[in-house]
Amino acid sequence: MESLSNKKKQLTVKPLNFLERAYLPAIVSGLAITMKHFFKKPVTIQYPEQKREFSENFRGMHSLKRDENGAERCTACGLCALSCPAEAITMQAAERQKGEENLYREEKYAAVYEINMLRCIFCGLCEEACPKEAIYLDGDIVPSDYLRKDFIYGKDKLVEAPLNQ
Amino acid sequence: MELADIAIKFGLIIIIFLISLVIAMYSTYAERKIAAFFQDRVGPNRAGPWGILQPLADGGKMFLKEEIIPTNATPFLFIVGPSLAILTACIGSAVIPWGQNMVIGGKVIPLQVTDINVGILYIFGVVSLGVYGVMIGGWASNNKYSLLGAIRAASQNISYEISMGLSIIALLLVTGTLSLGEIAQQQHGWHWNVLYQPVGFILFLICAFAETNRTPFDLPECETELVGGYHTEYSSMKLGFYLFAEYINMFISSAVMATLYFGGYNYPGMDWVTAHLGPIAGPLIGTAVFFAKIFLFIFFFMWVRWTIPRFRYDQLMDLGWKILIPLAIANIVVTGVVITLLN
Repeated sequence: MESLSNKKKQLTVKPLNFLERAYLPAIVSGLAITMKHFFKKPVTIQYPEQKREFSENFRGMHSLKRDENGAERCTACGLCALSCPAEAITMQAAERQKGEENLYREEKYAAVYEINMLRCIFCGLCEEACPKEAIYLDGDIVPSDYLRKDFIYGKDKLVEAPLNQ
Repeated sequence: MELADIAIKFGLIIIIFLISLVIAMYSTYAERKIAAFFQDRVGPNRAGPWGILQPLADGGKMFLKEEIIPTNATPFLFIVGPSLAILTACIGSAVIPWGQNMVIGGKVIPLQVTDINVGILYIFGVVSLGVYGVMIGGWASNNKYSLLGAIRAASQNISYEISMGLSIIALLLVTGTLSLGEIAQQQHGWHWNVLYQPVGFILFLICAFAETNRTPFDLPECETELVGGYHTEYSSMKLGFYLFAEYINMFISSAVMATLYFGGYNYPGMDWVTAHLGPIAGPLIGTAVFFAKIFLFIFFFMWVRWTIPRFRYDQLMDLGWKILIPLAIANIVVTGVVITLLN
């Protein structure tokens, strides 16, 4: 019966000739291929010492930003925690006292701000949700560690370094 | 035999033993490094400069690992297996001529532990004993995968020993002697046996791959089918002995191939060098050349390992029984006819 698509093609398997069955020429050409690779430059990047360049929109470790006067921008509104699909972010708000204006930009600030790096999926939704431009995923790859508790990053690891130091 | 002679022999034995252990150790490193280069990688490079301390780290790890003897295993045979494997691997080096005779203070020192007149037969005996280590270990583990691996090892080694022996017979027709020392001497000055016995050499090479359980004949430890093959249940240094035995076997079979077919310690311009450097340095250069040949063979073993995939079991048996043995017999007949006609 004629096939409907007319794309049917009868294939035949050619029996191997003597040289192909002897297998040795094939082995020799295989050896030549591996030998070519022997002298190629390895493509390995020696990770901790060398790093591959990240793309511009790479999302790495979070950092909490400061404003131009060096005060923390975060006002502990909780939008980042709300937007987080992995529920990795928790925070506790506190009221700014007199004399702390150079430390915190708004009247309310995050006393505790924790991100669980094992839960975080680095989607960047916190970055998009933040009305104060306080959080960015502009850091490096999160380093490895031995204990789960050490992956809960507090403000000590997240907040940007102060300006004039 | 004088006491001094005994001391010299003893020293030679210890040196060869140490050399084969060190070479086996660094074969593991070389294997990983060469594999890496073949795959465009870097390979181990953390322990020491370029990773050269890696074998020591591996050895330390092997010794410190927990030694497990499975409940249902036969404890005595479980220990005998790896011991036998490493023992048979080590004693093969006794008849290999490592260099010309050295003359120190009027005393002739042969660089060969013993030149028995049936050297090749001795090597064959040792090689066929080697399969017992694998067999006993696999059987004593009381594990079906180990047993399957052991059976494969036994049948493979026995099948390929036949064609190996037949390929050697053609060589013996050419050399007329079984002593490895004499065979090495005869090849002085470009009379390398590979030029007279190219087919025999290829047969021997293929069989050597099968006898040492190297890829493409590594079915006894085929991890995709048999977990780990005959050493599935082994841990710690007992596993280490099996792996070590494999590398020592590779070293010894490289040495045998270099001796039988590639002139052993002979190299072009040898007489001139020996005449100018004296009877101590001259033979040592020959030994160095011999080791260079051995290392080339070891490199070839590794090169093939990272090129050719493993055979299927029936292909392995087909190759051994239906192709290699008839080829070897044809080689014997042709060699015999040519020698008769030339005489």
